[in-house]
Amino acid sequence: MATQASRIAGRLMLSPAVLLLFLWMIVPLGMTIYFSFLRFNLLMPGTEQFTGFENYTYFFTDPAFWPALVNTLTLVLGVLAITVVGGVALAVLLDQPMWGQGIVRILVIAPFFVMPSVSALVWKNMLMNPVNGLFAALARGLGLEPIDFFADAPLASIIAIVAWQWLPFATLILFTAMQSLDREQMEAAEMDGAGPVWRFVHLTIPHLMRAATVVVLIQTIFLLSVFAEILVTTNGGPGTASTTLTFLVYMQSMLQFDVGLGSAGGIVAVILANIVAIFLMRMIGKNLEA
Amino acid sequence: MGEIVLTEVRKSFGGVSIIQGIDLVIPDGEFVVFVGPSGCGKSTLLRLIAGLEDTSSGTISIDGKDATRLPPAKRGLAMVFQSYALYPHMSVAKNIAFPLRMAGLPAEEQQRKVEAAAKVLNLTPYLDRKPSQLSGGQRQRVAIGRAIVREPAAFLFDEPLSNLDAALRVSMRQEISELHHTLATTMVYVTHDQVEAMTMADRIVVLNAGRIEQVGSPLDLYHSPANLFVAGFIGSPKMNLVEGAEAAKHGAHTLGVRPEHIDIADEGPWKGMVGLCEHLGSDTFLKVDVAGVGQINVRVGGDVPLRHGAQVSLAPQADKLHRFDAKGMAMA
Ligand SMILES: Nc1ncnc2c1ncn2[C@@H]1O[C@H](COP(=O)(O)OP(=O)(O)O)[C@@H](O)[C@H]1O
Ligand SMILES: [Mg+2]
Repeated sequence: MATQASRIAGRLMLSPAVLLLFLWMIVPLGMTIYFSFLRFNLLMPGTEQFTGFENYTYFFTDPAFWPALVNTLTLVLGVLAITVVGGVALAVLLDQPMWGQGIVRILVIAPFFVMPSVSALVWKNMLMNPVNGLFAALARGLGLEPIDFFADAPLASIIAIVAWQWLPFATLILFTAMQSLDREQMEAAEMDGAGPVWRFVHLTIPHLMRAATVVVLIQTIFLLSVFAEILVTTNGGPGTASTTLTFLVYMQSMLQFDVGLGSAGGIVAVILANIVAIFLMRMIGKNLEA
Repeated sequence: MGEIVLTEVRKSFGGVSIIQGIDLVIPDGEFVVFVGPSGCGKSTLLRLIAGLEDTSSGTISIDGKDATRLPPAKRGLAMVFQSYALYPHMSVAKNIAFPLRMAGLPAEEQQRKVEAAAKVLNLTPYLDRKPSQLSGGQRQRVAIGRAIVREPAAFLFDEPLSNLDAALRVSMRQEISELHHTLATTMVYVTHDQVEAMTMADRIVVLNAGRIEQVGSPLDLYHSPANLFVAGFIGSPKMNLVEGAEAAKHGAHTLGVRPEHIDIADEGPWKGMVGLCEHLGSDTFLKVDVAGVGQINVRVGGDVPLRHGAQVSLAPQADKLHRFDAKGMAMA
């Protein structure tokens, strides 16, 4: 596959797929950018007109914008922290020889297969509900006042639900990496006088860095667009306490029928995602190099 | 400062007995080589001494103190692994310093010792590199460096040279031997390669199926193997073992004679036709089909003008014959 002809043939055959993917991305992006410069409300059809950056001005000056930005970053960072730390801990535990290993491993992966809206509903109605929920029952059993999670700590509750969903993914990736850790290295460190904690710090953690980087990058992409969990549980409230950028865009374009404003929000979200991606690549991308 | 005594040491994995009662005294400062075929339990025995495996029964004492239940770090032994087991994300200097760091030595002292070790092992130019940027021989030296900075009571080597190419193996072999002369520390060295064992050891322990077959200096084992296994294992090319009528003539069940102890004589007792013939210049290796005796390997010094199909007569040197009884034990 090194001749000039075969390379050209390869590119030709690849091009329909590449072109399709490119259109798939560029058409929605182009339309969104176009809409974001229009006054375009579905309640007033036929009144579309070019307004320049007016939609952006409205979006940035929306009282919900800054809380939404902060909430988005809090959600992403919170879930990342929980899943990476929890994933490493679970990977270490799963790596220990134990009885019923196969079943335990499957159980750990299971939450990943539950639809986001379903798991959010389960958490909302069966676990976190202040009257019927399991946590409320536990609190009452201990003689404590049950907590109304979605009223008192809406964002933290959503972080918990989303982290629960993504923990299996992080665990799976980190556990696979764990299994490739050289046993002789561990034994060498043991002979060198390193106890379990030092071995974990000096061998396991560096060994898991690359896998953790993959986890962080992939999860960030998905966490920036978390939506179903918010819609099902708090609807962005109380107030703007659990409104993220994604949810703000939804509220504006779908609830207020303002396509122009929603599109402007969408473009802002795209830019934010790229800023986060650049930061992440700068910070941890070098872990991916061999 | 590094006497290791094994008493009735046994080890089984899930009911399968792998090490079957080893009694061995390794005096301080000695270079002992465990040699035996693959799977005979050499690594397991070494790991028992290191403390990486628990003994099933028996005791291990180091410097007169019972170490059977001590964790590896407390035994004061250093081990060099077959895969080198370097820490991949640490530089060479950090790798070598790791045991010192774990022991809580001050930074300046760590650096001094690392530099001294690097100098001995010719690693000074590579101290800032990562293990992945080193050649096999250099990695091996880093692993040895990591072992020597600890100033252990004894070094344990598990087939440290088996990942190197032949030329490098020879030079590393000499380096390790020289290191032993410089440090005069006990070394226990595991290999399946009898040439390594013969060239490096003060004393060789021949293992087979979890048992010691014979312990002795390389030349002891060469000149007076205690049984058929040792006779066949030590020496290259292998000793010729002849059974049947020819052996009975010498009053033995099996008769052993090394290829280098057979002369080509005009009127030798064994007559046959030359088969394969390898001319190395310094030596010539012949496979000769001798009627009534079988195939005999012969090693002749220098280049002899024999070719495939030639007729020769062979004379084994009478004082170099080894006689074994029906159980395979050497007869006096
Ligand atoms: N952890 C273990 N569990 C079960 N069997 C083992 C274990 N370690 C070694 N063995 C068995 O013990 C035997 C000797 O192994 P080893 O000491 O590695 O041999 P070698 O002489 O080649 O170094 C082998 O048959 C191996 O399968
Ligand atoms: Mg081995």
